[in-house]
Amino acid sequence: MWQNLLDWIEYRIPMMRVAKMHAIEYPAPKNMNFWYVFGFLATIVLVNQIVTGIWLTMSFEPSAERAFASVEYIMREVEYGYILRYMHSTGASAFFIVVYLHMFRGMIYGSYQKPRELIWLFGMFIYLALMAEAFMGYVLPWGQMSYWGAQVIVSLFGAIPVIGEDLVIWIQGDYVISGATLNRFFALHVIALPLVLVILVFLHIVALHEVGSNNPDGVEVKRKKGSLKEEEKTKFKMHEYYTNKYDIVDDVVPFFPHIVLKDLVAFAVFLLGFCYILFFKPEMGGYFLEAPNFEIANPLKTPEHIFPVWYFTPFYAILKAIPDKLFGVIAMFLAIIMLALLPWVDRGKVRSWRYRCGLHKVNLLVFAAVFVFLGYLGGTPQAGWKVLASQIATIMYFAFFVLLWMYSKNENTKPLPERITK
Amino acid sequence: MSNAPVDNNRRRFLTIATSVVGAVGVAGAAVPFIASWNPSARAKAAGADVEVDISKVEPGQLLRVEWRSKPVWIVRRTPEILEALGKHEDQLRDPGSEEPQQPEFAKNRYRSMKEEYLVAVGICTHLGCSPQHIKDGAFEEQVEGVRDGFYCPCHGSKFDMAGRVFQGVPAPLNLVIPPYQYLDDNLILIGSEAGAA
Repeated sequence: MWQNLLDWIEYRIPMMRVAKMHAIEYPAPKNMNFWYVFGFLATIVLVNQIVTGIWLTMSFEPSAERAFASVEYIMREVEYGYILRYMHSTGASAFFIVVYLHMFRGMIYGSYQKPRELIWLFGMFIYLALMAEAFMGYVLPWGQMSYWGAQVIVSLFGAIPVIGEDLVIWIQGDYVISGATLNRFFALHVIALPLVLVILVFLHIVALHEVGSNNPDGVEVKRKKGSLKEEEKTKFKMHEYYTNKYDIVDDVVPFFPHIVLKDLVAFAVFLLGFCYILFFKPEMGGYFLEAPNFEIANPLKTPEHIFPVWYFTPFYAILKAIPDKLFGVIAMFLAIIMLALLPWVDRGKVRSWRYRCGLHKVNLLVFAAVFVFLGYLGGTPQAGWKVLASQIATIMYFAFFVLLWMYSKNENTKPLPERITK
Repeated sequence: MSNAPVDNNRRRFLTIATSVVGAVGVAGAAVPFIASWNPSARAKAAGADVEVDISKVEPGQLLRVEWRSKPVWIVRRTPEILEALGKHEDQLRDPGSEEPQQPEFAKNRYRSMKEEYLVAVGICTHLGCSPQHIKDGAFEEQVEGVRDGFYCPCHGSKFDMAGRVFQGVPAPLNLVIPPYQYLDDNLILIGSEAGAA
């Protein structure tokens, strides 16, 4: 009976075939470590944002007159509204935490290198869409920081020569940030960008499964068809889509249940931290929700300090480091473009930092430290020494790419193992 | 299936013609979507001119009014402030107001129609914060030897009492001077110049 139903469905839509190809019989390297859980966690957070977001729109009113009050209404009067809102706001920061770790994983293990360039590019587009999504979402409560943050970010477009000013008015739909801006940001935040995000995530995964997952050793688990002896091949049943094209080394496990179970452990740990913040520190000391945002937007009163939320502050520091507005904006966007170009900046053939030169390891760690330091500089009040510090840090940020490009051509790498170690 | 010979030229022409017509159609259909992001008729109406009575502004005082939802400052400058404007011009980016940040009539040291009254949009030209009016010598903390000025708390940009930007700060340009006209000695109309309206 059950089997008949499944057969009936399978005849009409490839449900089991897709499940087998992409989960039950998908070959995942057995040495994936904890760095490999963040993609899974990002997916979970995406689902959280979509579900809580849908519920929030049920009580939120996207107008300059009503937005702030309706958020207070959600917080104080809607049953469990405060939990839904804090799940959404904590989820936004959690999203960036896991995405930044996910990206760093890709960098240390060379997951962006050939043939995974498109996966990396789709990932960068996801990151861009996520930044736009988070920025517009932060405007919606219509607090002081919503308003003035939007003012700062939208006016960045005013730096573009000739068309800048008209472009800003077009984006705002008014001569200033106004209700018209709020309404269009709401439309983009709840419909347009989530659709784009979901489509990009789909493409990210399709591209990943086409070339296969990388691993901490950075050696391929798929070999040319007919190149492996029978005892070297995996004993697990993998989908014929993969085995018809390649011989798969005995270093893989099926994604489901092996990797999924590992991811679930990470999920449990993640939930511990997430729920702690959600229930005890939802504002995270002003980092996840900034204090001026508990005051309604006032176009005539600038808050004493304007900071974007923490996940934008590294780029904000780069913007502020450069004394010229147009070049500041260019440098900020260039900082993101350089990341996207990583597969071509890195001319090395060895992927994982385990087998690359010492300079590469130092370069990666310094880059991560500089990124965090820029985040600190961009998120704290101006001070004399910080101008110079952020200029030096900006130079160091870009130096990462310059150095990588130079040493990766003729790099002194360690010999790669034939098979995954351990 | 027709047995007529294939005419590739004709096919190519038809393909291109169809594509062009299709592209024009898409461009046309895009117009309402793009144009709907422009300010609405209501927003344009709300951006109309503002009339301000300046008869009650004391010397040294700053009056803040709203024009197109932006803060516009009207400052009644004392003779001492006006005199001081000439003394720090070597520290300014654009002392002669070469950049088109003001109507033609304000392209002078005082950046105003009548020297006594400064009318300026109180939004920093860096990233749109509203600078603070710092007066009676307190501005010396920011620029030595300059007693009054405007200081932007966001990123530390500094302007003098004619809205001219100092060197070495993030703001690239002098403050914007909006178009305005005097209707009589005590009435300023912000938003249009005489003759233009």
